[in-house]
Amino acid sequence: NHKTLETSWLAFLASDVHPPHDWSSISWWSEVQMGPPDPILGVSEAYKRDTNPKKINLGVGAYRDDQGKPYVLSCVRKAEAQIAAKKLDKEYLAIGGLGDFTKACAKLALGDDNEVIKSGRNITVQTISGTGSLRIGANFLSRFHTEARDVYLPKPSWGNHTPIFRDAGMQLKAYTYYDPKTCGFDFQGALNDISKIPEKSVIMLHACAHNPTGVDPRPEQWKEIADLVKKRNLLVFFDMAYQGFASGDIDRDAWAVRYFIEQGHNIVLSQSFAKNMGLYGERVGGFTVVCKDAEEAKRVESQLKILIRPIYSNPPMNGARIAATILNTPDLYKEWLGEVHGMANRIITMRELLVANLKKEGSTRNWKHVIDQIGMFCFTGLKPEQVERLTKEFSVYMTKDGRISMAGVTSGNVGYLAQGIHAVTK
Amino acid sequence: MPASRHFCQKVPQATPVAVFKLSNDFKEDPNPMKVNLGVGAYRTDEGQPWVLPVVKKVEKLIVADNRLNHEYLPILGLPEFRSSASKIALGEDSPAIQESRVGAVQCLGGTGALKMGAEFLRRWYNGNDNMKTPVYVSAPTWENHNSVFANAGFKDVRPYKYWDAEKRGLDLDGFLGDLETAPKHSIFVLHACAHNPTGTDPTHVEWMQVAEVMKRRKLFVFFDSAYQGFASGCLDKDAWAVRNFVTQGFEMFCAQSFSKNFGLYNERVGNLTIVARDADNVRRVLSQMEKIVRVTWSNPPSQGARLVAITLNRAELFAEWKDNVKTMADRVLLMRASLQAKLQALGTPGTWDHITQQIGMFSFTGLNPKQVEYMIKERSIYLMASGRINMCGLTTKNIDYVAKSIHETVVNVQ
Repeated sequence: NHKTLETSWLAFLASDVHPPHDWSSISWWSEVQMGPPDPILGVSEAYKRDTNPKKINLGVGAYRDDQGKPYVLSCVRKAEAQIAAKKLDKEYLAIGGLGDFTKACAKLALGDDNEVIKSGRNITVQTISGTGSLRIGANFLSRFHTEARDVYLPKPSWGNHTPIFRDAGMQLKAYTYYDPKTCGFDFQGALNDISKIPEKSVIMLHACAHNPTGVDPRPEQWKEIADLVKKRNLLVFFDMAYQGFASGDIDRDAWAVRYFIEQGHNIVLSQSFAKNMGLYGERVGGFTVVCKDAEEAKRVESQLKILIRPIYSNPPMNGARIAATILNTPDLYKEWLGEVHGMANRIITMRELLVANLKKEGSTRNWKHVIDQIGMFCFTGLKPEQVERLTKEFSVYMTKDGRISMAGVTSGNVGYLAQGIHAVTK
Repeated sequence: MPASRHFCQKVPQATPVAVFKLSNDFKEDPNPMKVNLGVGAYRTDEGQPWVLPVVKKVEKLIVADNRLNHEYLPILGLPEFRSSASKIALGEDSPAIQESRVGAVQCLGGTGALKMGAEFLRRWYNGNDNMKTPVYVSAPTWENHNSVFANAGFKDVRPYKYWDAEKRGLDLDGFLGDLETAPKHSIFVLHACAHNPTGTDPTHVEWMQVAEVMKRRKLFVFFDSAYQGFASGCLDKDAWAVRNFVTQGFEMFCAQSFSKNFGLYNERVGNLTIVARDADNVRRVLSQMEKIVRVTWSNPPSQGARLVAITLNRAELFAEWKDNVKTMADRVLLMRASLQAKLQALGTPGTWDHITQQIGMFSFTGLNPKQVEYMIKERSIYLMASGRINMCGLTTKNIDYVAKSIHETVVNVQ
């Protein structure tokens, strides 16, 4: 069908049958199909259109305070004031971004004293938040990791992982991760699948606060995974979009990343500061390649620049400058750690409140996973039909896979949310 | 050994981008007389970057406004930025805007806008995923044009004749000739004004000749507008070609950059303006643009777009901005006139009218690679191997030195 359209369109364009004056009524874009709304961001747009005063947006992972309002971190406001006072110019950043930012970004992930940073064998570039980082990573692997085209994602994974890697020319496969029966981690299933992944394939691991399930491996489990991945000779791609948001502790949340490196995996790593610094729209992220040595890092850096330049030339300054100021100013850094902890805590409290309210509604289902899961998201276990009802009848907006952003839950709306969830699951 | 130890081993060192290497070399040069005529960014007469006064003003407004936050923008960007940016290119009273057949995508600078346009064209233009559609870029052109289109998947990026080195002007016959022989539906990247690197723009009549061939041969119009306001100092004048093509009925893309005319280089403020046959086509095109944005950067950065939107949508700020733009353009014009006069006074061999005839930030001096090398090595005056100089690098304090150096170079080096 698609091919027929294409063929007839090409035939039409090639022909000189249509009279010359007619050209102005034909559009180049007649055959361009209407694209479907984005599965995640489209949820927010649908929410905006809803006029129900009780509506709740549990779609995109954007933190809200207990009044349901966006939260600009106090350390961010302070950093902004400091920056404004400096009266800096607006000259282009280097292709790889702001040095003060990239250095601090790497230290945050790997730890100040990490041997990798000391020996200069990492290259860290500033990217357009997490998406931009993953895309640069995907492009880099596509161009240089020619021995394997396959990227293994956990089942399920963030919805945008697949189209990003696909668009970069990689092939997507999956390994078992989530157990719908327990709403928890299918550890044996994961090990089983990983043991069969062909050598040199890329394996994507969520560093912490797995999106969408909120289910993370325990440290002992991470150790076994690291071991198996080494045996299978796989290339590890860590996606760390929620450092600080899982446990409230920056170092704890980076444990898996650091452990793998310690064990000798030269990983690639994507970081986002959208959530943990609330810098969503400023697009602050980093992409790191851990190399054999500093010389290799230099070569890799030169190639990353070649990849970046034809996409956007060099990255935006504002957010990176804010992040760098916070990371490099001791009292702002301390304040930031406190605020991240606060955000993580509010989410944990909401998890407990939701379960309590569900019980109050009379739900007899097991909701333990709501409390066991970690980070911004909760994989409720709701099926697509139930999600649809929840949206249509209660104006509760979430993604079809049953994922809700706990950050959108408040003490003001948790009762109504419990009502709705109970209604569609009883 | 882990997989990653193997694959990076084979990653070769890439050659650095020329214009950045030049800036680096300049930085490391200890000569106190050194002059940087390389990278394209505006400089004051003190040789300093210039944050536009209106930008400083609006930044203060933003910082003071507690209602503003750092939430995600929509995928296609800030709506009030997109519409006001398109108005800048097409004119407020553009028939295309009035007929609701204009769409826009906020992008990461002009590069980002070119990238989005290129990715869209590769997927949806002249068939689906047709990577064989020829993409024509001017000879010479901004060197990143080639990479943007090649990386978007186009296999056939070719030059169209543009610069006539001998007469130091536009090779109109060559240009029209290439338009005539280009395969139907080829994509042509046109510089809206202040051609980079030559500073040579077609006249109105010449543009109309280009339009006639493009219309007849069904070629795709992709404007790159990175210097609107910088060519003549007047936004409307500089948009003449873009607007004329709209009047002629073309469907087209226009990649806009606000890096130079707002001095917002590092905030990456760009806009891809789409002019289509009707609103329905615009709607479908934008829905597919969203898909491309989502796998590239998800949504664009908010700071710069906010700044531009506030400025363009408030009368006093808009007026102040236009004034700031004129200040920059006027200084460039002054340096052009001054350099030309000095070379003439020195009796430097050759004709130097092209310095004042060329337009915008850049001038193609006509210096050959040997002469360029001499300028760099012997005089610490840094310019591109092509002989391109950034007029903004000239100041009242260094212009004598530069003029004398050019003179000496032309006389002694062939």
